[in-house]
Amino acid sequence: MRKPQPWPIRLTHWVNVPALAMMAMSGLQILVAFPYMGPRGAEWSWWPLQGWNAPEWARLGDWLAGGRAWHFAVAWLFVGNALVYVVCLAVSGEWRRRFFWPPRDVGPALRQLAYYLRLRKEAPPVNLYNGLQRLAYTSAIALALVEVLSGLAIWKPVQLEFLTRLFGGYDGARAVHFIGLALLAAFVAAHVVMVLLHPRSLAEMVTGGKPDA
Amino acid sequence: MREILSRRKFLGGALAGVALAACKSDEPKSGLLGGMMRWNDRVQAGLLSGREARRPGDGIITKPGEFPSYHIAPFVPIAPDGWRLKVGGLVERPRTLTLDELMALARTDVRVEHHCVEGWSAVADWHGVRVTDLADFVGADRRAVFVDFRSFDADPQGTKYSSSWDRESAFHRQTILAYGMNGRPLAPAYGAPVRLYGAVKLGYKNVKYLTEVNFVDRMTGGYWEDLGYEWFAGT
Repeated sequence: MRKPQPWPIRLTHWVNVPALAMMAMSGLQILVAFPYMGPRGAEWSWWPLQGWNAPEWARLGDWLAGGRAWHFAVAWLFVGNALVYVVCLAVSGEWRRRFFWPPRDVGPALRQLAYYLRLRKEAPPVNLYNGLQRLAYTSAIALALVEVLSGLAIWKPVQLEFLTRLFGGYDGARAVHFIGLALLAAFVAAHVVMVLLHPRSLAEMVTGGKPDA
Repeated sequence: MREILSRRKFLGGALAGVALAACKSDEPKSGLLGGMMRWNDRVQAGLLSGREARRPGDGIITKPGEFPSYHIAPFVPIAPDGWRLKVGGLVERPRTLTLDELMALARTDVRVEHHCVEGWSAVADWHGVRVTDLADFVGADRRAVFVDFRSFDADPQGTKYSSSWDRESAFHRQTILAYGMNGRPLAPAYGAPVRLYGAVKLGYKNVKYLTEVNFVDRMTGGYWEDLGYEWFAGT
Protein backbone atom coordinates (compact mmCIF):
# COMPACT_ATOMS: atom_id res chain seq x y z
CA MET A 1 0.00 0.00 0.00
CA ARG A 2 2.33 2.70 -1.10
CA LYS A 3 1.51 5.76 -3.14
CA PRO A 4 3.10 6.27 -6.54
CA GLN A 5 4.91 9.30 -5.10
CA PRO A 6 5.66 9.00 -1.35
CA TRP A 7 5.90 12.31 0.46
CA PRO A 8 9.73 12.45 0.82
CA ILE A 9 10.01 12.18 -2.93
CA ARG A 10 7.43 14.90 -3.51
CA LEU A 11 9.06 17.17 -0.96
CA THR A 12 12.57 16.81 -2.38
CA HIS A 13 11.22 17.13 -5.92
CA TRP A 14 9.59 20.47 -5.21
CA VAL A 15 12.51 21.81 -3.16
CA ASN A 16 14.60 21.02 -6.20
CA VAL A 17 12.62 23.39 -8.41
CA PRO A 18 13.71 26.66 -6.76
CA ALA A 19 17.09 25.23 -5.73
CA LEU A 20 18.03 24.18 -9.27
CA ALA A 21 16.67 27.42 -10.72
CA MET A 22 18.71 29.52 -8.31
CA MET A 23 21.85 27.44 -8.90
CA ALA A 24 21.49 27.78 -12.67
CA MET A 25 20.71 31.51 -12.60
CA SER A 26 23.47 32.44 -10.17
CA GLY A 27 25.87 30.26 -12.16
CA LEU A 28 25.00 32.18 -15.31
CA GLN A 29 25.67 35.42 -13.42
CA ILE A 30 29.11 34.12 -12.42
CA LEU A 31 29.83 33.23 -16.05
CA VAL A 32 29.38 36.90 -17.03
CA ALA A 33 32.71 37.79 -15.37
CA PHE A 34 34.60 35.62 -17.87
CA PRO A 35 32.32 34.14 -20.53
CA TYR A 36 35.11 32.22 -22.24
CA MET A 37 36.42 28.68 -21.94
CA GLY A 38 40.05 27.67 -21.87
CA PRO A 39 43.05 29.28 -20.15
CA ARG A 40 44.00 32.92 -20.67
CA GLY A 41 45.86 33.48 -23.91
CA ALA A 42 44.85 30.01 -25.12
CA GLU A 43 41.07 30.10 -25.10
CA TRP A 44 39.61 27.14 -26.96
CA SER A 45 38.84 27.93 -30.58
CA TRP A 46 36.50 24.94 -30.77
CA TRP A 47 34.22 26.15 -27.99
CA PRO A 48 31.13 27.39 -29.83
CA LEU A 49 29.91 29.75 -27.11
CA GLN A 50 32.95 31.97 -26.54
CA GLY A 51 31.67 35.28 -25.21
CA TRP A 52 28.10 34.06 -24.82
CA ASN A 53 26.12 35.32 -21.85
CA ALA A 54 22.64 34.52 -20.60
CA PRO A 55 20.10 37.37 -20.79
CA GLU A 56 19.69 39.37 -17.61
CA TRP A 57 16.31 37.86 -16.68
CA ALA A 58 17.95 34.44 -16.53
CA ARG A 59 20.58 35.55 -14.04
CA LEU A 60 20.57 35.90 -10.27
CA GLY A 61 22.83 38.01 -8.10
CA ASP A 62 23.31 41.24 -10.13
CA TRP A 63 27.13 41.10 -9.99
CA LEU A 64 29.93 38.63 -9.50
CA ALA A 65 30.05 38.79 -5.68
CA GLY A 66 26.25 38.60 -5.53
CA GLY A 67 26.09 35.66 -7.92
CA ARG A 68 28.78 33.82 -5.99
CA ALA A 69 27.03 34.49 -2.68
CA TRP A 70 23.79 33.01 -4.03
CA HIS A 71 25.54 30.10 -5.72
CA PHE A 72 27.52 29.01 -2.65
CA ALA A 73 24.56 29.54 -0.30
CA VAL A 74 21.96 27.66 -2.35
CA ALA A 75 24.49 24.91 -3.10
CA TRP A 76 23.99 23.65 0.46
CA LEU A 77 20.22 23.47 -0.06
CA PHE A 78 20.71 21.72 -3.40
CA VAL A 79 23.16 19.13 -2.06
CA GLY A 80 21.34 18.66 1.26
CA ASN A 81 18.07 18.08 -0.56
CA ALA A 82 19.76 15.59 -2.88
CA LEU A 83 21.22 13.69 0.08
CA VAL A 84 17.78 13.47 1.74
CA TYR A 85 16.40 12.15 -1.55
CA VAL A 86 19.10 9.52 -1.96
CA VAL A 87 18.80 8.30 1.64
CA CYS A 88 15.00 8.08 1.40
CA LEU A 89 15.26 6.22 -1.88
CA ALA A 90 17.80 3.76 -0.50
CA VAL A 91 16.00 3.10 2.80
CA SER A 92 12.55 2.69 1.26
CA GLY A 93 13.70 0.51 -1.63
CA GLU A 94 11.99 2.99 -3.98
CA TRP A 95 15.14 3.08 -6.11
CA ARG A 96 14.22 -0.33 -7.53
CA ARG A 97 11.27 1.00 -9.50
CA ARG A 98 12.90 4.34 -10.31
CA PHE A 99 16.51 3.89 -11.31
CA PHE A 100 17.46 2.80 -14.78
CA TRP A 101 18.89 -0.68 -14.54
CA PRO A 102 20.18 -1.71 -17.99
CA PRO A 103 19.55 -5.49 -17.85
CA ARG A 104 15.93 -4.79 -16.97
CA ASP A 105 15.24 -1.49 -18.69
CA VAL A 106 17.07 -1.37 -22.01
CA GLY A 107 14.53 -3.57 -23.80
CA PRO A 108 11.44 -1.78 -22.45
CA ALA A 109 13.07 1.60 -23.13
CA LEU A 110 13.62 0.67 -26.79
CA ARG A 111 10.05 -0.64 -27.09
CA GLN A 112 8.77 2.56 -25.48
CA LEU A 113 10.76 4.59 -27.98
CA ALA A 114 9.31 2.52 -30.80
CA TYR A 115 5.84 3.22 -29.41
CA TYR A 116 6.49 6.97 -29.28
CA LEU A 117 7.80 6.85 -32.86
CA ARG A 118 4.59 5.06 -33.96
CA LEU A 119 6.61 1.95 -34.86
CA ARG A 120 4.66 -0.03 -32.29
CA LYS A 121 0.97 0.08 -31.55
CA GLU A 122 0.92 -0.77 -27.86
CA ALA A 123 2.99 0.66 -25.06
CA PRO A 124 5.04 -1.91 -23.14
CA PRO A 125 3.80 -2.70 -19.60
CA VAL A 126 4.80 -0.15 -17.00
CA ASN A 127 5.75 -0.44 -13.32
CA LEU A 128 5.42 3.16 -12.11
CA TYR A 129 7.77 4.35 -14.86
CA ASN A 130 8.51 3.11 -18.34
CA GLY A 131 12.07 2.40 -19.43
CA LEU A 132 12.57 5.77 -21.10
CA GLN A 133 11.37 7.60 -18.02
CA ARG A 134 13.80 5.64 -15.86
CA LEU A 135 16.60 6.49 -18.28
CA ALA A 136 15.70 10.19 -18.28
CA TYR A 137 15.30 10.53 -14.51
CA THR A 138 18.44 8.56 -13.73
CA SER A 139 20.40 10.63 -16.25
CA ALA A 140 19.20 13.81 -14.57
CA ILE A 141 20.44 12.54 -11.20
CA ALA A 142 23.77 11.54 -12.74
CA LEU A 143 24.03 15.02 -14.30
CA ALA A 144 23.34 16.64 -10.94
CA LEU A 145 26.17 14.57 -9.47
CA VAL A 146 28.49 15.70 -12.28
CA GLU A 147 27.48 19.31 -11.57
CA VAL A 148 28.26 19.00 -7.87
CA LEU A 149 31.62 17.29 -8.46
CA SER A 150 32.74 19.63 -11.25
CA GLY A 151 31.56 22.58 -9.13
CA LEU A 152 33.70 21.41 -6.23
CA ALA A 153 36.60 21.00 -8.67
CA ILE A 154 36.31 24.66 -9.77
CA TRP A 155 35.74 25.87 -6.22
CA LYS A 156 38.83 24.18 -4.78
CA PRO A 157 41.24 23.34 -7.62
CA VAL A 158 44.18 23.07 -5.21
CA GLN A 159 42.69 21.39 -2.14
CA LEU A 160 40.50 19.03 -4.24
CA GLU A 161 43.03 18.61 -7.02
CA PHE A 162 42.12 14.94 -7.55
CA LEU A 163 38.61 16.05 -8.54
CA THR A 164 39.90 18.84 -10.76
CA ARG A 165 42.21 16.41 -12.52
CA LEU A 166 39.27 14.04 -13.06
CA PHE A 167 37.65 16.72 -15.22
CA GLY A 168 40.80 17.51 -17.17
CA GLY A 169 41.95 20.40 -15.00
CA TYR A 170 40.41 23.67 -13.90
CA ASP A 171 39.32 24.83 -17.34
CA GLY A 172 38.03 21.36 -18.20
CA ALA A 173 35.95 21.34 -15.02
CA ARG A 174 34.49 24.75 -15.95
CA ALA A 175 33.45 23.45 -19.35
CA VAL A 176 31.97 20.27 -17.87
CA HIS A 177 30.10 22.39 -15.32
CA PHE A 178 28.59 24.46 -18.13
CA ILE A 179 27.76 21.52 -20.41
CA GLY A 180 26.12 19.75 -17.46
CA LEU A 181 23.94 22.79 -16.92
CA ALA A 182 22.94 22.86 -20.59
CA LEU A 183 21.99 19.16 -20.47
CA LEU A 184 20.04 19.65 -17.25
CA ALA A 185 18.20 22.55 -18.85
CA ALA A 186 17.34 20.30 -21.80
CA PHE A 187 16.08 17.66 -19.37
CA VAL A 188 13.90 20.20 -17.56
CA ALA A 189 12.43 21.44 -20.85
CA ALA A 190 11.57 17.90 -21.98
CA HIS A 191 10.30 17.05 -18.51
CA VAL A 192 7.90 20.00 -18.48
CA VAL A 193 6.60 19.12 -21.96
CA MET A 194 5.97 15.51 -20.93
CA VAL A 195 4.21 16.60 -17.75
CA LEU A 196 1.95 18.91 -19.75
CA LEU A 197 1.08 15.96 -21.99
CA HIS A 198 0.39 13.78 -18.95
CA PRO A 199 -1.20 16.06 -16.34
CA ARG A 200 -2.00 13.16 -13.99
CA SER A 201 1.70 12.77 -13.23
CA LEU A 202 1.72 16.38 -12.06
CA ALA A 203 -1.24 15.73 -9.76
CA GLU A 204 0.56 12.68 -8.37
CA MET A 205 3.66 14.70 -7.66
CA VAL A 206 1.46 17.03 -5.59
CA THR A 207 -0.91 14.65 -3.80
CA GLY A 208 1.09 11.44 -4.00
CA GLY A 209 -1.60 9.70 -6.04
CA LYS A 210 -3.78 6.71 -5.20
CA PRO A 211 -2.05 3.91 -3.25
CA ASP A 212 -1.08 0.89 -5.33
CA ALA A 213 -3.44 -2.05 -5.12
CA MET B 1 -7.82 19.47 6.86
CA ARG B 2 -8.30 22.17 4.34
CA GLU B 3 -7.60 24.81 6.96
CA ILE B 4 -4.36 23.13 8.08
CA LEU B 5 -3.17 22.88 4.52
CA SER B 6 -3.82 26.53 3.83
CA ARG B 7 -2.14 27.55 7.07
CA ARG B 8 0.84 25.42 6.17
CA LYS B 9 0.93 27.03 2.77
CA PHE B 10 0.70 30.47 4.33
CA LEU B 11 3.52 29.76 6.77
CA GLY B 12 5.63 28.28 4.01
CA GLY B 13 5.06 31.31 1.83
CA ALA B 14 5.83 33.70 4.66
CA LEU B 15 9.01 31.80 5.49
CA ALA B 16 10.13 31.87 1.86
CA GLY B 17 9.35 35.58 1.74
CA VAL B 18 11.45 36.31 4.82
CA ALA B 19 14.28 34.16 3.47
CA LEU B 20 14.28 36.03 0.16
CA ALA B 21 14.12 39.41 1.90
CA ALA B 22 17.23 38.37 3.84
CA CYS B 23 19.11 37.86 0.58
CA LYS B 24 20.34 41.10 -0.95
CA SER B 25 22.52 40.66 -4.00
CA ASP B 26 24.04 44.13 -3.61
CA GLU B 27 24.95 43.39 0.02
CA PRO B 28 26.01 39.76 -0.07
CA LYS B 29 27.61 40.02 3.37
CA SER B 30 24.34 40.83 5.14
CA GLY B 31 21.36 38.68 6.03
CA LEU B 32 21.07 35.08 5.03
CA LEU B 33 23.61 35.33 2.19
CA GLY B 34 26.12 36.85 4.62
CA GLY B 35 25.54 34.09 7.15
CA MET B 36 26.09 31.46 4.50
CA MET B 37 29.23 33.28 3.32
CA ARG B 38 30.70 33.22 6.82
CA TRP B 39 29.81 29.55 7.12
CA ASN B 40 31.48 28.88 3.76
CA ASP B 41 34.58 30.76 4.93
CA ARG B 42 34.83 28.31 7.83
CA VAL B 43 34.32 25.34 5.54
CA GLN B 44 37.07 26.66 3.27
CA ALA B 45 39.42 27.08 6.22
CA GLY B 46 38.67 23.48 7.16
CA LEU B 47 39.49 22.29 3.65
CA LEU B 48 42.86 24.05 3.64
CA SER B 49 45.79 21.75 4.08
CA GLY B 50 49.51 22.21 3.68
CA ARG B 51 49.37 20.45 0.32
CA GLU B 52 51.13 22.21 -2.50
CA ALA B 53 49.56 23.08 -5.81
CA ARG B 54 50.81 21.10 -8.77
CA ARG B 55 53.55 22.68 -10.88
CA PRO B 56 52.35 23.11 -14.49
CA GLY B 57 54.70 22.11 -17.33
CA ASP B 58 56.80 24.52 -19.37
CA GLY B 59 54.40 24.44 -22.31
CA ILE B 60 51.50 26.19 -20.65
CA ILE B 61 53.12 29.33 -19.30
CA THR B 62 50.75 32.10 -20.29
CA LYS B 63 52.09 34.12 -23.22
CA PRO B 64 53.58 37.53 -22.44
CA GLY B 65 50.88 40.17 -22.39
CA GLU B 66 48.08 37.60 -22.05
CA PHE B 67 48.35 37.34 -18.27
CA PRO B 68 45.77 39.90 -17.12
CA SER B 69 46.94 42.67 -14.84
CA TYR B 70 44.63 44.37 -12.38
CA HIS B 71 44.81 47.51 -10.31
CA ILE B 72 42.07 49.71 -8.91
CA ALA B 73 43.76 52.99 -9.87
CA PRO B 74 42.81 54.36 -13.31
CA PHE B 75 46.46 54.13 -14.37
CA VAL B 76 49.23 51.65 -13.65
CA PRO B 77 50.42 52.60 -10.16
CA ILE B 78 54.11 53.51 -9.96
CA ALA B 79 56.07 53.06 -6.75
CA PRO B 80 56.84 56.37 -4.97
CA ASP B 81 60.47 57.45 -4.71
CA GLY B 82 62.22 55.91 -1.74
CA TRP B 83 59.77 53.01 -1.64
CA ARG B 84 60.21 50.71 1.35
CA LEU B 85 58.34 47.68 2.62
CA LYS B 86 57.24 48.12 6.20
CA VAL B 87 57.03 44.86 8.13
CA GLY B 88 55.43 45.12 11.53
CA GLY B 89 52.60 44.21 13.84
CA LEU B 90 53.16 41.59 16.51
CA VAL B 91 56.83 41.06 15.68
CA GLU B 92 60.04 41.18 17.72
CA ARG B 93 62.03 43.11 15.13
CA PRO B 94 59.87 45.47 13.04
CA ARG B 95 61.71 46.40 9.84
CA THR B 96 61.49 48.79 6.95
CA LEU B 97 63.07 46.99 4.00
CA THR B 98 64.45 48.24 0.73
CA LEU B 99 63.94 45.99 -2.27
CA ASP B 100 67.61 44.93 -2.07
CA GLU B 101 67.23 43.99 1.59
CA LEU B 102 64.15 41.91 0.78
CA MET B 103 65.93 40.25 -2.12
CA ALA B 104 68.79 39.32 0.21
CA LEU B 105 66.45 36.91 2.02
CA ALA B 106 66.10 33.29 0.86
CA ARG B 107 64.54 33.14 -2.59
CA THR B 108 61.63 30.87 -3.48
CA ASP B 109 60.32 30.20 -6.98
CA VAL B 110 56.69 29.32 -7.47
CA ARG B 111 54.94 28.15 -10.62
CA VAL B 112 51.27 27.38 -10.18
CA GLU B 113 48.03 27.81 -12.02
CA HIS B 114 46.50 31.17 -11.12
CA HIS B 115 42.79 31.19 -10.34
CA CYS B 116 40.90 34.45 -10.65
CA VAL B 117 37.53 34.95 -8.98
CA GLU B 118 36.24 35.79 -12.47
CA GLY B 119 36.82 32.23 -13.60
CA TRP B 120 39.97 32.40 -15.70
CA SER B 121 43.24 30.62 -15.17
CA ALA B 122 46.78 31.55 -16.23
CA VAL B 123 50.28 30.36 -15.41
CA ALA B 124 53.47 32.26 -14.61
CA ASP B 125 56.74 31.78 -12.74
CA TRP B 126 57.00 33.95 -9.65
CA HIS B 127 60.18 34.69 -7.70
CA GLY B 128 60.30 36.08 -4.20
CA VAL B 129 60.49 35.49 -0.47
CA ARG B 130 58.18 33.18 1.43
CA VAL B 131 55.95 35.03 3.88
CA THR B 132 56.90 32.41 6.45
CA ASP B 133 60.61 33.22 5.89
CA LEU B 134 59.83 36.90 6.33
CA ALA B 135 57.91 36.04 9.52
CA ASP B 136 60.99 34.26 10.89
CA PHE B 137 63.19 37.19 9.87
CA VAL B 138 61.16 39.70 11.90
CA GLY B 139 60.19 37.27 14.67
CA ALA B 140 56.43 37.16 14.19
CA ASP B 141 54.49 36.32 17.35
CA ARG B 142 52.36 33.19 17.58
CA ARG B 143 49.39 35.36 18.53
CA ALA B 144 49.48 36.81 15.01
CA VAL B 145 46.91 34.52 13.43
CA PHE B 146 46.25 36.95 10.59
CA VAL B 147 48.52 38.77 8.17
CA ASP B 148 47.46 42.14 6.84
CA PHE B 149 48.78 43.38 3.48
CA ARG B 150 48.64 47.01 2.36
CA SER B 151 49.25 48.67 -1.00
CA PHE B 152 49.88 52.02 -2.65
CA ASP B 153 47.29 51.18 -5.31
CA ALA B 154 44.20 53.33 -4.70
CA ASP B 155 40.85 53.72 -6.42
CA PRO B 156 39.66 57.13 -7.69
CA GLN B 157 37.88 57.73 -4.35
CA GLY B 158 41.21 57.36 -2.58
CA THR B 159 40.51 54.00 -0.94
CA LYS B 160 43.69 51.97 -0.85
CA TYR B 161 43.89 48.34 -1.85
CA SER B 162 44.47 45.84 0.92
CA SER B 163 43.68 42.33 2.02
CA SER B 164 44.19 40.10 5.01
CA TRP B 165 44.95 36.41 5.20
CA ASP B 166 44.62 33.64 7.73
CA ARG B 167 47.99 32.56 9.09
CA GLU B 168 47.82 29.05 7.59
CA SER B 169 47.37 30.37 4.06
CA ALA B 170 49.95 33.13 4.47
CA PHE B 171 52.52 30.69 5.86
CA HIS B 172 51.89 28.15 3.10
CA ARG B 173 55.07 27.09 1.30
CA GLN B 174 53.77 28.55 -1.97
CA THR B 175 52.88 31.97 -0.59
CA ILE B 176 55.58 34.52 -1.41
CA LEU B 177 56.25 38.22 -1.66
CA ALA B 178 57.14 38.26 -5.33
CA TYR B 179 59.65 40.68 -6.83
CA GLY B 180 60.08 38.75 -10.08
CA MET B 181 57.91 37.17 -12.76
CA ASN B 182 58.95 34.80 -15.54
CA GLY B 183 62.65 35.34 -14.83
CA ARG B 184 62.46 39.14 -14.87
CA PRO B 185 61.95 41.86 -12.29
CA LEU B 186 58.27 42.35 -11.59
CA ALA B 187 56.75 44.82 -14.06
CA PRO B 188 54.64 47.77 -12.85
CA ALA B 189 51.52 46.25 -14.46
CA TYR B 190 51.83 43.19 -12.24
CA GLY B 191 52.43 44.94 -8.93
CA ALA B 192 56.04 46.21 -8.88
CA PRO B 193 58.14 46.50 -6.89
CA VAL B 194 56.72 43.72 -4.68
CA ARG B 195 53.42 41.90 -4.60
CA LEU B 196 51.89 39.03 -2.73
CA TYR B 197 51.52 35.80 -4.66
CA GLY B 198 50.04 32.57 -3.31
CA ALA B 199 48.77 29.28 -4.66
CA VAL B 200 46.02 28.80 -2.10
CA LYS B 201 44.02 31.99 -2.65
CA LEU B 202 42.02 33.56 -5.47
CA GLY B 203 43.74 36.37 -7.36
CA TYR B 204 42.15 39.29 -5.53
CA LYS B 205 43.73 38.16 -2.25
CA ASN B 206 47.18 38.63 -3.82
CA VAL B 207 47.85 42.27 -2.99
CA LYS B 208 49.99 44.09 -5.56
CA TYR B 209 52.09 47.23 -5.07
CA LEU B 210 52.84 46.30 -1.45
CA THR B 211 53.75 48.90 1.15
CA GLU B 212 53.13 47.06 4.40
CA VAL B 213 52.96 43.56 5.82
CA ASN B 214 51.58 43.36 9.36
CA PHE B 215 51.34 40.23 11.49
CA VAL B 216 48.19 40.86 13.52
CA ASP B 217 45.80 39.14 15.89
CA ARG B 218 42.57 40.26 14.30
CA MET B 219 41.03 40.05 10.87
CA THR B 220 41.29 43.35 9.01
CA GLY B 221 39.09 42.80 5.95
CA GLY B 222 40.24 44.05 2.60
CA TYR B 223 39.29 46.13 -0.45
CA TRP B 224 37.17 43.63 -2.40
CA GLU B 225 36.20 41.83 0.79
CA ASP B 226 34.63 45.02 2.15
CA LEU B 227 32.72 45.49 -1.11
CA GLY B 228 31.08 42.08 -0.79
CA TYR B 229 33.52 39.42 -1.94
CA GLU B 230 34.21 36.54 0.42
CA TRP B 231 37.09 36.92 2.84
CA PHE B 232 38.65 33.45 2.79
CA ALA B 233 38.66 32.97 -1.00
CA GLY B 234 40.72 29.79 -0.92
CA THR B 235 41.50 27.62 -3.92
